[in-house]
Amino acid sequence: MNSVSGASVSLDSLQHSYAGVKALDNFTLHVAPGELVALLGPSGCGKTTALRAVAGFLTPDSGRVVVGDTDVTSLPSQKRDMGMVFQSYSLFPNLSVRDNVEFGLRLRRVKSASRRSRSHELLEMVGLADQAVKYPHQLSGGQQQRVALARALAVEPQVLLLDEPLSALDAKVRSELREQIQALQKRLSMTTIFVTHDQEEALSIADRVVVMNKGKAEQISTPQELYSQPATTFVAEFVGVSSRYRCERSGATVQIFGRSVPIRNADTQTTGQVHALLRPEDVVVTASDSGVARVLRSSFLGSSVRLEVETPHGIIRADVPASQVVSAGSMVELSYRSENVLIATLDESKELRAL
Amino acid sequence: MVTVLNQNTTTVARSTTWYGSALRGVVLALAFVFFVAPLYAGSKFSLQNNAGAFSFSSLGDLTKAQGFSASFLLSTELTIVTMIGVLFLVVPTVIFIHLRVPSLTRALEVVSLMPIVFPPIIIVLGFMHEAPGALLVWPYHLAPMYLVLTLPFVVRSIESGLSALDVRTLVDAARSLGSSFFVILRRVLLPNLSSALIASSALVIAFVYSEYTMAQFQQRPTLPVWIAQFAMSSGHISTAAAMVSLLGAWVLLSVVLLIDLARTTLRTKRSESA
Repeated sequence: MNSVSGASVSLDSLQHSYAGVKALDNFTLHVAPGELVALLGPSGCGKTTALRAVAGFLTPDSGRVVVGDTDVTSLPSQKRDMGMVFQSYSLFPNLSVRDNVEFGLRLRRVKSASRRSRSHELLEMVGLADQAVKYPHQLSGGQQQRVALARALAVEPQVLLLDEPLSALDAKVRSELREQIQALQKRLSMTTIFVTHDQEEALSIADRVVVMNKGKAEQISTPQELYSQPATTFVAEFVGVSSRYRCERSGATVQIFGRSVPIRNADTQTTGQVHALLRPEDVVVTASDSGVARVLRSSFLGSSVRLEVETPHGIIRADVPASQVVSAGSMVELSYRSENVLIATLDESKELRAL
Repeated sequence: MVTVLNQNTTTVARSTTWYGSALRGVVLALAFVFFVAPLYAGSKFSLQNNAGAFSFSSLGDLTKAQGFSASFLLSTELTIVTMIGVLFLVVPTVIFIHLRVPSLTRALEVVSLMPIVFPPIIIVLGFMHEAPGALLVWPYHLAPMYLVLTLPFVVRSIESGLSALDVRTLVDAARSLGSSFFVILRRVLLPNLSSALIASSALVIAFVYSEYTMAQFQQRPTLPVWIAQFAMSSGHISTAAAMVSLLGAWVLLSVVLLIDLARTTLRTKRSESA
């Protein structure tokens, strides 16, 4: 099993509509062999449609899906050589754990002894070798999902597709299984596409993250870039936490807490009112009786405390160390420590709030 | 406050339990009488001679009665042919519509109810008028009509079995592992629909062993037709025949259940011994 490695996957200008509503709008993505890419976005953004197009469960209205050097757009799903794990476990209830894992191997007429040793190896890999004779209804949700993962890996697929596999699990199991998936994926160097609406999941597991909105890729980059350098206001708002600070733009800079800050990706030199999008960790809070900002609420997060601060320019969220005592109702001064800032126009703000 | 609430809840629960138990007992007793009384009366009558004394003579005479064995065999054969039709025609059709054209599910429900709306005589006349000649001379030509008449029960039973499964995801999972539609049907869907299929079989068996109108109209000597005719000459023997037909239906149903049980046991043993 250690020899498994993946093929590249290319989604080339995919278009797909459901009853006139665009689910994929000229969606393009290239996944390198052995890479783990997460498709992240809100409900209805097209991420599952993209995954189903790769799996062969739907044929896109136009565009191509290429795996390795082969165009598989019109190839039926059973001939695509892909493994898939679903949100709802999808184990066959009439088959034991072992028979579930061996299902794909049986179809490929793998001999009984090889089948048995392969299923044992995979069940050991996911820590369920002692549960082989049990039936799906006798397992917990996390165990069922591990079996589903073993079943998908058993056929040594070129590509592993994960459709929100952790969404139905509780927080602790989700975190454990996430680490297990990541470790297995690295060990097998298997090309993997992971669909999720959970940003923490996407950022922690993926080599690259595709943030999707309205059937399009808003940004495709590493988790670090995505968080620190969001390309669009949608990404800035969807990934991580941002506060909206109403300020005056003059050319390529805006005034934030009395400091002139360069606008990130500024492509015009206009002036007027805009919203600056501030990350909580970029806002510095200093207690001051003469300050114009007032702390509305503080929430303890363990290593830090998140404050909600009311300013004349909007409500700003700021993270301060847990050791810094700032109580609700106290007056503070704010400053901004990042080199640049992303802005949104006021019209864009309305649109984003409606999402 | 909490104590008061608890007391109230306990009182309500107790009174519900008391009335509920009594009601359950009455309903069960009535159901028992409703189902068992005719069986008891039929059995008692068929085990009496003309003088009213206990005797197996009716059962003995039944085996010698002219036409009984042939009619019993015909009804059994018709049951098996109808069940084959259900398994190979109705079940795949319902599954296909459920999976590929779910928008037609409602239409299927309405169409499957038609046999209840139209009297059997209309179905017989329609069949005789429209069916090709080759079908009309087929010895089991009642089976297609029985298939139509059992649709309301069979379709509902299979639909409810499908609704209890996450069919879409199971099918997608099987397809991604390399299964064709027939493999999915044989290895994934049918095994998980066994309860629904057994329920359908039970309904088909019960229906075919008791259907009279169509068989009489088509002059096919099925068991119910034979019983009705023989009742005119011997009430004891025809009642014994009715009890035997009931027994036959139970035996067939038991065979279906045993096949399913054997399949499940074999699978479990194979899995455990491996």
